[in-house]
Amino acid sequence: MTRQHSYWQLFVAVFNKDVKLAFRQRAEIVNPILFFLIVISLFPLAIGPEPGLLSRMAPGIIWVAALLSTMLGLDKLFRDDYHDGSLEQLIASSYPLSLTVLGKVAAHWVITGLPLVLMTPLFALLLNLDTTALMATLLTLLLGTPLLSFIGAIGAGLTVGLQKGGILMSLLVLPLYIPVLIFATSAIDTSTMSLDYSGQLAILGAMLVVATISAPIAISSALKVSVS
Amino acid sequence: MLHIKSVTCIKQERCLFDELNFSLKSGQIMQLAGPNGAGKTSLLRIIAGFSLPDEGDILYRNQSIKKYYDEYARDLLFIGHKTGVNVQLSALENVAHWLAINGYVDTPDLYPLLSKLGLVGLEDVPVRTLSAGQQRRVALVRLWLSEAKLWILDEPFTALDKSGVAFLQQRFTEHLSKGGAILLTTHQDLTTHFSDLQTLTLEYRH
Amino acid sequence: MWKWLHPYAKAERAYQLCNTLLPYFAVVTVISMIVGWVWGLGFAPADYQQKDSYRIIFIHVPSAILSMGAYSSMAIAAIVALVWQLRNAELAVIAIAPVGACMTAIALITGAAWGKPMWGAWWVWDARLTSELILLFLYLGVLSLYHAFEDKKSAGRAASILAIVGVINLPIIHFSVEWWNTLHQGASITKFNRDAVDPSMFWPLMINILAFAAFVGTVTLIRLKNEILHREKHRPWVRQLLTKG
Repeated sequence: MTRQHSYWQLFVAVFNKDVKLAFRQRAEIVNPILFFLIVISLFPLAIGPEPGLLSRMAPGIIWVAALLSTMLGLDKLFRDDYHDGSLEQLIASSYPLSLTVLGKVAAHWVITGLPLVLMTPLFALLLNLDTTALMATLLTLLLGTPLLSFIGAIGAGLTVGLQKGGILMSLLVLPLYIPVLIFATSAIDTSTMSLDYSGQLAILGAMLVVATISAPIAISSALKVSVS
Repeated sequence: MLHIKSVTCIKQERCLFDELNFSLKSGQIMQLAGPNGAGKTSLLRIIAGFSLPDEGDILYRNQSIKKYYDEYARDLLFIGHKTGVNVQLSALENVAHWLAINGYVDTPDLYPLLSKLGLVGLEDVPVRTLSAGQQRRVALVRLWLSEAKLWILDEPFTALDKSGVAFLQQRFTEHLSKGGAILLTTHQDLTTHFSDLQTLTLEYRH
Repeated sequence: MWKWLHPYAKAERAYQLCNTLLPYFAVVTVISMIVGWVWGLGFAPADYQQKDSYRIIFIHVPSAILSMGAYSSMAIAAIVALVWQLRNAELAVIAIAPVGACMTAIALITGAAWGKPMWGAWWVWDARLTSELILLFLYLGVLSLYHAFEDKKSAGRAASILAIVGVINLPIIHFSVEWWNTLHQGASITKFNRDAVDPSMFWPLMINILAFAAFVGTVTLIRLKNEILHREKHRPWVRQLLTKG
C-alpha cells in the first residue's frame, strides 16, 4: 500500500472522526446548547424581566454562559481518546502532535462554538438586544469561541489523565478566559452606545491568531505529560 | 535495529529496572517476561516513546528516538493495554481512520481480512456491541495492514481463542520473515511456535 | 555558556548550593525586615492626607511586587525544567508556588485593609486588586494541578506547563483588567498613586521590598531543600545525610 506524509490528510481524518462521533451522539452537541439557554433564562428569573436591565446586562450574561457551557464541552475533548488508547496512537505517530491538536480543537469549535454563533438571534430575542448589539454579539462569539476552545484545550490536556479532572480543569482555565471576557463584553457594550468597537474586535482577533500558533504547542506538551 | 542503552526507570520511588541493555535485530522476536508489577509495561512504553527513561537512551537504527522520533514512529506499531479502538465507531470506520492517520492512501478491501479474523457480519456495527474478544480482534487488524517494521505489543493474545492465537502467530512469522521485529509481553507460551524466541526477564524489585 | 549550570542538574549539588546560599538570604531577610518595618511602620513621617493608615503600603507594595516576581521566577524555573529537562528546576517551581501564593494573599489582605480607611469599603474592584486576585487564582491552579497528580514527575511537568501558560497570559490579563478598570471608573480615582513618593518614604519602601525578596528567597530555599530530599530519598547520599543527623 502506498503511504504519504500528508498533513492535510491527518487533519481531515482527526476532524472528521470527532465531528462524526458528535453527530452520532447528538447529546454531545445539544446538551451544552441547552445548558447555555437555561443559564441565560435564569438571569431574568433572578434579576427581574425589566427589558432595560436585561439589555444592559446581556453581554455579560451571554459571555459568562458561553464560558460555562464551553467548559462543560471541554471535558470530553480528550477524555474518550485517552481512555480507549486513540490518543496514544496519535502521539506515537510521525506527524507533529500539534497538527492533531489543531484538528481536534477545530472539531470542538464546530461542535460547541459554532452552534452558539448560529443561535445568536435567539439570545437577542430573549435578552432584548437591538440589531447593533446582535451584530456585535455575533462577531465577538465568532472570534471568541475559537479562543475559548484553544485555551480550554490546554486545561483539558493537562487534566485528562486525572480522576476528578473536570472541575480542576475549570479552575485552571477560567482565570485564563478573563481577557476574552473583558474584551468581548466591552465590544458589545460599546456597540450599544453606537460607538465603534472594532478596536476590541481587533484585540480578540489578535489573541485568536496568537492562540492558534502557540496553544497547540502547550496542548501537545500537556497531552504528552498526561499519557506518559 | 533497536538498541536499549542503560535504561533506568523509577516509578513512585521504586526502581523498576536499572541500567538495562539489550538489542533487537531484524527478524527477531523478543518476549519480556516477569511477574506483575515488574515493569514490563513501563519498559514497553519507554521504548515506544511515551515516557522518558530516568537514565539511558533508546536508539533506533543508531539514532536516538528522542531526537528523531518522527522517523522512528513511521516504522513503529504499538498496541498496548488500551486497544486504540473507538467503541462508538464500527470496525470498518476504525480501521479506515487508523489507515488515514498513518498516511496510507488507499483503503483496501477489508471484508476478507475481517472475516478471517472471525468478524463476519460485524463489520458495520458499533464496536461497543461486540464482545471483548471481538473488540481485541478489531484492534489487531492493524497487524495485517501495517508496513511498520517494529511491533511493540502488550499482551496481544488477550481474549483470543485457539484459532485466533494460531492465526496471530502465523502473522508474526510472516512479519519476521520480511525483516520485521517484534517485542512483546504475553502469558502465552510462544516457545513451541518460535524456536529462536529471546526472553528478557524483569524481576520485581522492592 | 550554560556550562556552569550543569553540575546543579545533580540533586546533591543543588542541595549543597541551597545550603550555601541559605545563611546569606536568612541574614539579609532578618536585618532588612527589622530595619524596614521599624522605619516604615514607626519612624517614617505620616502622610498629610492619609495620616498613619498609609503605612500599610510598606507591606502591601512589597508583597504585591514579590507576588509578581515570584510568579516570574516560577515561570523561568518552569521553562528551564521543560527545555533542558532538569528535574531540579521542576522542584523549584513547586517550591516557589506556595510562597508566591502567600505573598499574593498578603497583598490582597493589606490592599483591603488599606481600602477601608481610604474609600470606606473592604473590597473595591480596582485594577491592581483585581489583577492580584486573578494572580492568586493562577497560583492556586498550579498548586492544585501539582497535587492532583499521583506521579510526582508528571505533576512537576504539568505544573511547569501551567506556570508558563500563566506567565504568558499574565501581561494580557493585567492589561485587560487595567483597561476594564478605566472603562468602569466611577467619579472617584481608585488607583494607588505611586508616582510621587517622597524620599522619606522611598527608602523604607525599598528596604521593605528587599526584605520581602530576601524572605521569599529564604523560604523558597528551605522548601527546595525539602523537595530535593523528598524526591531523592532513596538515594544513598540522602540516607547518609539523615543518619548523620
